[in-house]
Amino acid sequence: MKLPLYLDYSATTPVDPRVVDKMVPWLYEHFGNPASRSHPFGWEAEKAVEDAREQVAALVNADPREIVWTSGATESINLALKGAAHFYKDKGRHLITVKTEHKATLDTMRELEREGYEVAYLDVREDGLLDLDAFRAALRPDTICVSAMLVNNEIGVIQDVATIGEICRERGIVFHVDAAQATGKLPIDLAQLKVDLMSFSAHKTYGPKGVGALYVRRKPRVRLEAQMHGGGHERGLRSGTLPTHQIVGIGEAFRLARLEMPTEIERIRMLRDRLWRGLTQIEEVYVNGDMTQRVAHNLNMSFNFVEGESLIMAVKDIAVSSGSACTSASLEPSYVLRALGRSDELAHSSIRFTLGRFTTEQEVDYTVDLLQRKVAKLRELSPLWEMHQEGIDLNTVQWAAH
Amino acid sequence: MAYSEKVIDHYENPRNVGSFDKGDDSVGTGMVGAPACGDVMKLQIKVGADGTIEDARFKTYGCGSAIASSSLVTEWVKGKSLDDAMNIRNTEIAAELALPPVKIHCSILAEDAIKAAVQDYKAKHGAAVEEKKAA
Repeated sequence: MKLPLYLDYSATTPVDPRVVDKMVPWLYEHFGNPASRSHPFGWEAEKAVEDAREQVAALVNADPREIVWTSGATESINLALKGAAHFYKDKGRHLITVKTEHKATLDTMRELEREGYEVAYLDVREDGLLDLDAFRAALRPDTICVSAMLVNNEIGVIQDVATIGEICRERGIVFHVDAAQATGKLPIDLAQLKVDLMSFSAHKTYGPKGVGALYVRRKPRVRLEAQMHGGGHERGLRSGTLPTHQIVGIGEAFRLARLEMPTEIERIRMLRDRLWRGLTQIEEVYVNGDMTQRVAHNLNMSFNFVEGESLIMAVKDIAVSSGSACTSASLEPSYVLRALGRSDELAHSSIRFTLGRFTTEQEVDYTVDLLQRKVAKLRELSPLWEMHQEGIDLNTVQWAAH
Repeated sequence: MAYSEKVIDHYENPRNVGSFDKGDDSVGTGMVGAPACGDVMKLQIKVGADGTIEDARFKTYGCGSAIASSSLVTEWVKGKSLDDAMNIRNTEIAAELALPPVKIHCSILAEDAIKAAVQDYKAKHGAAVEEKKAA
């Protein structure tokens, strides 16, 4: 077993070696521009791009003509939200999203607010899921677009996009779904779901970084205003020379995801549940987010009375991420966990474990043992744990905030 | 975040971890910070009859820099008079541990913890000191 071991598959995944092998020839001998119409270099590149488009469409049961290439999920989300908001601005200027969305959505919404749109940021319930009654109540006659994520990046909960889609479709509201964390993790059927726009990323699904896609529904047709101009690639929706090797990469990654998902999910779920059983043997630990409406590879836990960043430091032999954003310049605890109503202490002491294709049972057992030892050590150091042991309710203590 | 070697050393081998009896007259206890902010430090000093700090203990809930700052000050206060301990500055702690700007608050908290411990000790003995003066 090689240390540090990687349990941060929701941050990014290694590129599957089979994907790399498919990509490399498109950097060497097949270097043509897919937009070149006058020679075989261009023709073969164009064919590779279209084959990949079919693979991406196949994973989500869409028509290949509904797939637009982008540089990644962030760009897809920007194109979807700004594109729809700008196109439908005469219909209304009200947008709805959820507080636990990824920053790619929240920051794009903030930008639209600066442009004069009005945005509602909905709360979630304690389990991380959207309250559908609250959602219905937030809709207005001038609501033009709703954005929600299928799988949350921090806590892995699965939003009910089927129902949200029904509600939006009835009212003619454009519905965008951020599926960056969802591909290969659960079946997605866009022939059934009433979703108008869906964002994808390659690098969360064993493909390369720097490429993604946006699904744009044809029936009923959804219109977008382009955000990138020059050359009219991708039916004018996203100009710029297509990176053939990257697109071949996402195509192969999504093809493998479709073929291997049923067995892969079950194997990973078994490992995740083994991790969960091991870690819940520690006292005063809490799972963040609903455990049933959740993807198989995510476990987000708070270790009470232990501070998150010191915990991450204690477990430096495993690559995980702190739900708390302490490692960045910001000292704020995770906004996602705060949205679930978690106390600051619990939000500060959370760790996200995300498992993947190359995770082994041995790695899981190592992680359980390491956490059991390190949490015990840090609690020996913790005045909060000492007070808890003495039976003091920390909520009754007058703290000097600083 | 890249930590300095000194932070890592204190974090991995924290000095003087533990607790004294709060009720002991020779002990001063300082507890600063708040769980909501991600740091709570408890620093205790044991003061000898001559007014010198003989021993110190700490427990800290916080990041590696907070643990290292409090571990370091337990070493520094030993052997100092109460007044000298009060003169320890957060800038010295930050410099010794090479704390990055976002972690300066950890050193401030450690300085506050010393002050709170000394004040607690003085509060316990305030009456006694006054009596001596009067006599």
